[in-house]
Amino acid sequence: MRKSLTTRQIVAEWIIENLIRLCGISAILFVFGIFFFVFREGAPLLFGEGGFDLIKFLTSPEWYPSSNSNPRYGILALILGTASVSCLAVLISVPFGLGAAIFISEFCGPKLKEGLKIVIELLAAIPSVVWGFIGLTLMKGIIESVFGVPFGLTVLNGAIILALMCLPIIVSISEDALRAVPDSYREAAQGLGATRWQLIYRVLLPAAKNGLLAAVLLGVGRAVGETMAVLMATGHAVNIPIDGTPPYFHALDSVRTLTATIAAELGETAQGSPHYRVLFLIGIFLFCITFTINLVADLVVRGIRKE
Amino acid sequence: MVATSQNPSKIRIENLGVSYGPDPALRSLSMDIPRNEVFGIIGPAQSGKTTLLKTLNRTIDLVPEASVKGSVYIDDEAVVDAPEPVPAKSLTRHGLRDVCGYRRRIGMVAPLPVGLPMTIYDNVAFAPRQAGVKERGQLDEIVERCLTQAALWDEVKDRLTTLGTKLSGGQQQRLTIARALSHEPEVLCLDEFSIAIDPVTTMRIEDVLRELQSEMTIILVTNLVQQARRLARQTAFILNGELVELDDTEAIFSGEANDPRTNEFVSGIFG
Amino acid sequence: MFQETQHVKRKKRAERTAQGVFLGMTLCMVLPLIAVVGFLIYKASPVLSIDFIMDAPERGMRAGGIWPAFWGTVCLVFFSVIIAAPVGVLAAVYLHEYAPENWFTRMVNLAVFNLAGVPSIVHALFGLGAFVLFAGLGKSILAASLTLAIMTFPVIIESTKESLAAVPRSFREACWNVGATRWQTIRGVVLPNSTSGILTGIILEVCRAAGETAPIMFTGAVFFKAVQGGDVFAYGPMDQCMALSMHLHTISTQVPGVPEAIPFATAVVLLGTVLVVNATAIVLRVIIRTRKKW
Repeated sequence: MRKSLTTRQIVAEWIIENLIRLCGISAILFVFGIFFFVFREGAPLLFGEGGFDLIKFLTSPEWYPSSNSNPRYGILALILGTASVSCLAVLISVPFGLGAAIFISEFCGPKLKEGLKIVIELLAAIPSVVWGFIGLTLMKGIIESVFGVPFGLTVLNGAIILALMCLPIIVSISEDALRAVPDSYREAAQGLGATRWQLIYRVLLPAAKNGLLAAVLLGVGRAVGETMAVLMATGHAVNIPIDGTPPYFHALDSVRTLTATIAAELGETAQGSPHYRVLFLIGIFLFCITFTINLVADLVVRGIRKE
Repeated sequence: MVATSQNPSKIRIENLGVSYGPDPALRSLSMDIPRNEVFGIIGPAQSGKTTLLKTLNRTIDLVPEASVKGSVYIDDEAVVDAPEPVPAKSLTRHGLRDVCGYRRRIGMVAPLPVGLPMTIYDNVAFAPRQAGVKERGQLDEIVERCLTQAALWDEVKDRLTTLGTKLSGGQQQRLTIARALSHEPEVLCLDEFSIAIDPVTTMRIEDVLRELQSEMTIILVTNLVQQARRLARQTAFILNGELVELDDTEAIFSGEANDPRTNEFVSGIFG
Repeated sequence: MFQETQHVKRKKRAERTAQGVFLGMTLCMVLPLIAVVGFLIYKASPVLSIDFIMDAPERGMRAGGIWPAFWGTVCLVFFSVIIAAPVGVLAAVYLHEYAPENWFTRMVNLAVFNLAGVPSIVHALFGLGAFVLFAGLGKSILAASLTLAIMTFPVIIESTKESLAAVPRSFREACWNVGATRWQTIRGVVLPNSTSGILTGIILEVCRAAGETAPIMFTGAVFFKAVQGGDVFAYGPMDQCMALSMHLHTISTQVPGVPEAIPFATAVVLLGTVLVVNATAIVLRVIIRTRKKW
């Protein structure tokens, strides 16, 4: 039998190994590629094209991109729109998500657990445009009749839809974190006569806090980046839902988010126009936000593994 | 004291040191392994026996954190030749280049039986196929020869298409031996092969080894000291990565070995 | 026997309350799924039929069916899978089988993790900038599929890595011991024994790609594309196409006077397709678990 490798085998091995390495490294190329190509379209503005002012871009609430006489590109209202919808969504989904994760990991049997996990998976599979459509039809009607407002496409509507979309990710990551808490902790607490409530508050939540934090962060990332659902459910009006009159935060106002603005307006802009470039800048802005959130979440998760 | 041998040695190990990160597994080990007989290696757990075998067949290259120093020669050909410690993964530059070809000269049987999740036939034909044997008749021949040598043929000859993983532990261990023989190795290394199998199968495999030793060099790493006594002409006792003693097996087991630790180990005081 | 003390009683009550509260929270997750599906089907029932899927839209999308959109989605998903699956699987093989443990591998893993979190609309901008404009593909199925492929690439990597990790290391060692090269080991033992897991991941990718709207809006999907009579498989890779998700968005927000049931039926078809494909993956996974070879 032949022992040594043939030249052909050696060459083939070399080729396939490098092909595999290339595919592996491509992930980094893609991330840089995304930044580069989005930046490339938006960058001319940053280098002074058309008298663009970055500070004004970030702090002015005036978004009049298609005004003929005086187009203004201030995204403050859009940032606050995104922030209000995302925050409210996370506020809604975190307690429910944690509760569901606790139920799945602490209270239910293996069969039910398996079933609930499948439900979570199916919930996560519902396309965002379908969620948006639900917001546009079902939730709109509900909000109009419950709160007696004339127009149901509001912050609250978008937030509820987003909360449902964030739930799967929050539940599954929190559940992982809770499962990672050693059983000996539970046994020790029960041995000391703690009730389930005490067990959860005093033992499980502190022990799993990093994982839960990561779950919340990824939920926020998801909420900030979501496009179609908020485009269809929040009413698409440039508006700051926060002001000086009580209750200071108006969940029943319509708003518009950063993502929705890009989705709605990019199709109507001329390539290379200031409006077009501004939309790409918003993209870079979004990319940086979600990148930071993911980075922090990754560091937090890494923290768990080290423990 | 180094024992004399009638045969010129097959493998020569000189000042071999291996460490995983900062932890040394072998410290400056030197020994000669004689040709065409069973060579026993005994020692307690964590004494570096498995590391030694991994270095012998150069699968140490695939352990990311390992570093190697020293030399290993097989038939005077340098397998490892690193005067200074080098990372195991760069051993191709400090020893034999064609690692995969070299591994085909060594058969290796791991402590726990590993039937690959493919048919019994494919398990044995795996290595020859990778080595370029394509003809069905030739493969059939190899499969039958190896399974017979491993004392498994009679039990499985009618069901060569069942999964290797469905066999019992003892059968899987013999399948592993058949696979190790399938590429016609010059050296057969067995690493505590009897750890997961019953005494009857162990005896059968020991008989197989007695027959094979005329054709190849066999290195038998074992934690059953009596097994070494039954099979090996020479035995080495390794402790904490160092060679404590190497002598004719009878001298090791006589209770009058040179080093008191050897006597303690073979009489079961520790290990 | 012991009398139940006040304390024990209170403890038991607390126990039950806890269970009830958390069950309630879980139901808040399960019920919407049922409610949404039920509501959509109820509203869609007047027009939902096989003909609705197989017919072309008529009278400015205010009547007829959704075939061009359905077929467009199939095309987009098909091309995105044949692009993303090989690259994603090989990338996972690299990360799990080859990559040394160093800062660079950590960077690659971080990149994969981050790629999964990039908003879909940013992917859309990237697709527009890189494929449509820079690479000169124009708005086409190819450009849209490439965008979808990059978006779903991390999903495939993660699931493939998981199924590679399920193959015991002893199998790999057994192959190395008989002189198989790294690739021979991967091809001979590792990949064949993780195929079903990899397939499950790819099916999930299909699901995600089929439902996405934002990434294809500016890279290849159009509001409306007339399909010649009788020519049911109308798209080539360089054509623009309609897509189910985009069609749903269009007829529910952009076109006035669409009969109510049509967007609902479109939503049901999209949701149904996605859920059926997803369920297939789940069933496949259950079958694999029960039929383990080792």
